[in-house]
Formats: sequence, structure tokens, C-alpha cells
Amino acid sequence: MTDTRKPVESLLTDYDIFEPSFVANPYPGYSEIRESECPIAHTDRYQGSWLPTRYEDVVALAQEYEVFTSRGILVMPPPPGQAEGAYGGVAAPPITSDPPDHHWHRRLILPVFAPQAVAKYEQSTRDLCNALIDEFIDKGTADAAADYAQHIPVRVISNMLGVPLDMEETFTGWVRGVLENMHDMELRKRSRLAIIEYFLAQVEDRKTNPRENDLISELMNTEVEGKKVPIEYVLGVCNLMLVAGIDTTWSAIGSVMWHMAQHPEHRKQLRENDDLWPTAIEELLRVYAPVTMARIVDRDIEFQGCPMKAGDRVLMAFPAANRDPRQFENPDEVILDREHNRHVAFGSGIHRCAGSNLARLEVRIALQTWLERIPEFELVDPATVTWAGGQVHGPRSCMVKF
Amino acid sequence: MKVSVDMGSCHGHQMCAIAAPEVFGSDELGNATVLIDGDIPAELEGKARRAEANCPERAIIISE
Repeated sequence: MTDTRKPVESLLTDYDIFEPSFVANPYPGYSEIRESECPIAHTDRYQGSWLPTRYEDVVALAQEYEVFTSRGILVMPPPPGQAEGAYGGVAAPPITSDPPDHHWHRRLILPVFAPQAVAKYEQSTRDLCNALIDEFIDKGTADAAADYAQHIPVRVISNMLGVPLDMEETFTGWVRGVLENMHDMELRKRSRLAIIEYFLAQVEDRKTNPRENDLISELMNTEVEGKKVPIEYVLGVCNLMLVAGIDTTWSAIGSVMWHMAQHPEHRKQLRENDDLWPTAIEELLRVYAPVTMARIVDRDIEFQGCPMKAGDRVLMAFPAANRDPRQFENPDEVILDREHNRHVAFGSGIHRCAGSNLARLEVRIALQTWLERIPEFELVDPATVTWAGGQVHGPRSCMVKF
Repeated sequence: MKVSVDMGSCHGHQMCAIAAPEVFGSDELGNATVLIDGDIPAELEGKARRAEANCPERAIIISE
């Protein structure tokens, strides 16, 4: 496919987070911006956005939720008419919520994702990783992204929600339509509606056939101040679970597999030292943080010398913050026992990723299970690895041999 | 050494509990709790410091 986009003139004034070489490897670009005289870049593309790249700036704006609001969290505005159209009130709480509603939107789902709550998914996650490996282990080759990473979060999330696993491919397609191909407005609109309509049908079905122990049923029966929560909230959380829970974690697992395929010394360190795992997973999350979030500026403000206007979009490039040499020594290097690691792969402030404990569990189990079964492996050809990028960065095809 | 958590700053990253599971835990919402009353045993001081150095919200307070 020919790329018809206008060439990027300067990263500082014209960055394009969907440009193919930036998608494949955004880190040199982040570094160029970060070390320039203008560490907060701006672009007019996709209706305009700002891009802070220093840890301190990214964290500061994540903390200032009254100025940098969650009215929009994607780099591109929604398709025209979305808010007034069908299910316009369905967002993805609490990620799309601002205080005061943010408080109860988040309060209700946090217990579901606390470490002690997600621990119960450990064995089923291990089982599903083993089942995936069974499919390809005798072939001596596999796509670590498409045959492995891609299938893990979607199955974990489907189990939690209580929806059939055979929806896996459909869910993946919808999520990619919303997140990875968001410049295709028609596809984005269609994918969003498909998600909402699917979960609306699931809710309706539970009204006549009540179930226990699934998140959709739990949400439907949750009360706030003596009243059942509105249907928009139930559908919104389901939307969030898919859109924020699948592509992101799959990208993180994929990046970790890509890294390990090229670093036998790290595989060896992990094999020989069980105690290393907790810090190793945090370090891999730092270096391969997949997610960049957006914010909408509430009012005209000067932020670090940048004249931001009400309604402007600002990108919180957590992957850029996590490689800032002002905060992390040797930031591009993976140091599995890194001592100081205040990484913000899961964000910072009141919107800290609600699913972070589940995500790190999935990343750890995916890597552990793989290394137990396939201790030695390598990339078939580094040049054939393909990447998704923009707001979620990770490999989409990563052939390995063993 | 004593440790405490500024609950106004903690947003439940749980990175303290990952660095020092003997010292920090999680409440029902996933926010940090301190598991040790009073002085941190000498053998856990290193881990407690590491927990402080891994909190993205700088919510952990160490007093000696």
C-alpha cells in the first residue's frame, strides 16, 4: 500500500504518530523531541495535538485532571455526531470520566481489579497460555504476537465478563477498529456501535436468564445511593474492558516476547533467579509501555511555555516519559533488577490504569509459561516483525523459531 | 525505620507491594496498606527503601 501522507517536516512542529516508521519505532523520535529546545511538540495533523515527552511534564499533566480533562482520551476527535447519535451517552468509565462522577465510576470497579481479586485468574491464564503453546510447540516456529500474545487478554477478559470465547476474533476486530485504525472514521463508528449493541444484548439476556459470577451481572446489580447504576454505565464498563483491556496487554506481552527472543542473557537470568521476576516485569513494562493517552484542555493555559487553548488535545506519552534520562539511568536499556523505577506505564494520578494488576499478571504468566515450555528461541527475521502504533504500541506479527 | 503511605497521593499502583511484599499490601480497592506496625525489621529496610524508590506517586514516607 502506498503511503500518501505528507512527509513529516519537523517532529517538533509536525509529528505524525501514525506515520509508519514512527509506529514501528517511536523512541528515537521521542528522544529527539525530548532533548530539543522544545520538549513539548505540536502538530496540526488530526485536528491538532501537543506532545510532552519529559517524565516531569507527562506526570504533571496527568496529575492536573481539572485542567487536562478526560472528555476525550483519543488523539483524534470522535466521528462527527457520535455524542448526539445512538448510545451517545455510552463512554468508557472511569477512563473517560472526570470528577465528581469519576469517583463512583472508579470506586465500583476497583475491587474487581485489586491484586487479591485478580489472583484468582492466575491458574486459568496459565492454562490458556499452555493451550496456545500446545498448538505450535511441535512446529518449531510460531508467531509470538499473532499466535500467542493476541489471544491471551481477550480470553481472560471474555471469561471475566462471562461472554463466549468464540467471540474472540470479533472482539479483536472491533477493538482494532476503535484503537488502531481510528483515522478510518466509518470503521471506528461501526466498531463502537457493534461493541455497545453486543453488550446491550448480553444485558437483555441476563434479565431473562440471570447468571452469577460474571462481571456483567455484577455490574447490572450494583447500586449507588440505593439505585441501580444506569445502563450507560454498565455498557460503558464493558466497552472499557474490551477497548482498554485487550489491545494494550496484548501489545505489552508481544513486546516482551520480541525482547526475550533477542536477549538470551535475560532469559537465563530469569530462569536462574525466581526472585528477579517482580522487578523484571516492572522493568519490561517501563521500557515497553504500550499506551499513550490523550486529554482535552479545559481552559486557555500556558503549560511549560506552551500556549494551550481550551479544547486542545494533549497526548500523555507514557512510553516517552518512561525513557527520559532525567528520571531513569540508561533509559533505553533493560535492567531486570533496576533499583529505582517509578515508571508510569499505567499512568499517574486519579486515572491510574484500573486493570494494572490484571495486566501485569497476564504479562508475567505469559512469559513464565512460554519460558518453561520454550526456553530457547529467536526471531526468524527481525525485518519481518510488524508493529501497531499510535496510541497503543506493540508487535502484530513476530515470527520466532525454536 | 518506620514507613507510612500518604493516602491522598496513593493511587494504587501497587509497586510498593511488588518491591516489598512483607511491608506493603493492598486494601479492598487496591490502594497501599502498611503491614508492619512500628519499626521495620533491619532485614527489610532495603526492601522498604526500594518500595519508596518505585512509587510513581511518591506517596511512601520513610522516617528513621
